[in-house]
Parts: sequence; structure tokens; C-alpha cells
Amino acid sequence: MPETPGAELRPDARADVTDVVCPATFAKALAALEDLEKGRILEIRMNDGEAARNVPLSLKDEGHQVLKLRDNGDGTCSLLVRKLAD
Amino acid sequence: MVVDYAALKSGGFMRQKQKNHFSMRLKVVGGELEASQLKAIAGAAEKYGRGRVHLTSRQGVEIPFIKLADVENVKAELLSAGVFTGVCGPRVRTVTACQGSAVCPSGCIDTYALARDISERYFGRELPHKFKFGVTGCRNNCLKAEENDLGVKGVYSVSWSRESCSLCGVCAKVCREGAISVNDETLVVDEKLCSLCGRCAKACPSDAWRGEPAYLLSFGGMFGNRIAAGRQILPPLTDTAALFRAADAALNFFDAHGKPGERFLVAVERAGWDTFEKTVRAEALYA
Repeated sequence: MPETPGAELRPDARADVTDVVCPATFAKALAALEDLEKGRILEIRMNDGEAARNVPLSLKDEGHQVLKLRDNGDGTCSLLVRKLAD
Repeated sequence: MVVDYAALKSGGFMRQKQKNHFSMRLKVVGGELEASQLKAIAGAAEKYGRGRVHLTSRQGVEIPFIKLADVENVKAELLSAGVFTGVCGPRVRTVTACQGSAVCPSGCIDTYALARDISERYFGRELPHKFKFGVTGCRNNCLKAEENDLGVKGVYSVSWSRESCSLCGVCAKVCREGAISVNDETLVVDEKLCSLCGRCAKACPSDAWRGEPAYLLSFGGMFGNRIAAGRQILPPLTDTAALFRAADAALNFFDAHGKPGERFLVAVERAGWDTFEKTVRAEALYA
């Protein structure tokens, strides 16, 4: 079993995409990743529903490492993702 | 002049209201055309038609207002650019497809390749009535598989392994059916809810979820005077050869049981769904 990424993972930066809808959620998340160095971890706060269903899949397709998706219990989720691709 | 309308129609020339004018139907597979083909079509429309084309409801292209006297010239000019005429009448029609896994992130199967193979094998085959194939790449069903006489829908046959799972929770969230729940210790799947959409496997960051492309076939759909959704009578097929055995069986069944001018669904209903299902299952699953 691989490492269990969870609460011990500390994000290096945070982004909030709860103010936009698809496809801007993905675009805003990508923009935030651009500002980060490779290997760093970004925490993205997004709305539950469409964004939480689609953004993790899209970021994996872009070549990043999705680590954890937490339900914040307030209608939002937080996705931890490690920047791997340029 | 004696006009052989039947020959014109099988070659995809449809009579218009305007005397001696025909709308020329072109062969398109899976909604895909080369830019060079489009240029040739545009040229023919300007030279022989009225400078316009019609995009049909099933991804076809037609050039209206072709004069009867020009028919052979238009055909020859288009043919030299790799554009073929389509078909109408009691035959296998245009095979439609979405962009599928070659282009679309949601795609589970290579719809273009499959549409080309289906078209290669069946396009233009004469049957008791028209017969439509449609190929859609995933559960989103952009191509509306079930409105076709034979619809193909791409899915994933999925499996999960504990060893490589990090319990990150992504699959539970991306699953639209609520079939997956994850806690700190394990993951639980309710297989009854699983739609085989494959989003868990597509989104899984650690390859704990694996997906194998599979085809869900639907039979007997139509969306014209009568509207009916095609019926699924087979389990998902992971083997393309099995898909073609099922399609062969369906078309042969139509040939054997259909009356001229009768749609596939009507022939199946008269012969009985049980009989049809048995025939297709025997060919697809046990050959």
C-alpha cells in the first residue's frame, strides 16, 4: 500500500475556485499551479458537485498527482494536488 | 429522358421539390471529414449547386440543387478528392460517432476506429428497411446510441485493488451514481449502483482502479414516426470480435424475419424479443 496522503500533507499554496463555474474552475486551478514549483502541493477549495466531480480528473489528465480530496462539510471540497507537469 | 430514380436514390441522390434537382448525399463516417474533402465539397456546391450545403441530423453532408444532367460530373469530381456519395433507401446508413477516446477525455472506446470498421463492413448493405448504427464513447451518450437500430456505447469494465489504493477519496466523489464510499480504512463499492461509466478508473491517481474498455450494445431503437429506445440484451462486451458477431447476427435476423419496408424493431417484435435475444446471445457470447 502506498503512502496514505491525508491530514499530514501540508499544502505549499492555496487556491479558491468556489467563485467560478466549469470550465473556469479548471482554468483557475491550472493558473494557480503555474505559480508553483514542481513537486509543491496546492490545496484547491472548490464547490461540491460539478467542480469536485471534474477537476480531480482533469488535473490527473494534465499530469499532476492528485493526493487527497476532502469534503469540508460546508458544500465545498478541498483537493490536494502535487504539481508534476509543466 | 428516362430517369432511373431507384439508381439515383441508392447513390444518395434525393429528389427535390424543384423539378430535375437533386440533393446529393455524401458519405461521412463518424462525422469526420478531412479539410481537403471539405474544400472539394465546397467547390462542388459552388460549381454545381447553389453554393450551400445541408448538414443532416446524422452527421451527413448534402449538396442541394444539383441538376440531373450534372450528376455524373459531380460524382466524378468529388470522387477524385476522396469524397464518396452516400446512400438512402433500405440499406445500412451513415455510421455516426462522437469523438470518443481519441479526442474526448470522457471517451472509453475509440469510436472513430469502430465507426470506420462498422462502415467498412456494413455500409450500404441492403436490408428490408433502413438500418442505422451509432457509436457513442461513454455514458454521457452525446451520440444518442439508443435511437439507432444498433447502438454502441463505450463503458469501462472496472476493478479495484486494495494494495495500491491510497484512500484519497477522489473516486467516491467523481462517481455520479454514489456507488463508492471511502473512509480512513477502506473503500466500499455497491456494484448494483455501478453504471460502468469508468470515471473512477479515469480519475484514480494511483491506478488502484483499473478499467477495461467495453461495449454496451442496444438493439431496435428508432426516432422517426415511431419513437423507441434500443434495448440492451447483452452484457458489456470487451471483445470487438464479439461485437461484430452480435451485429452480424442482428442484420441476418433482420434479413430473415423483416418484411420489405418494415423497420428492424417491428421485425424483432413480430419474431419475438426472446427469439432475437437467444439468436444474438448465441452468436456473440458462445461462438
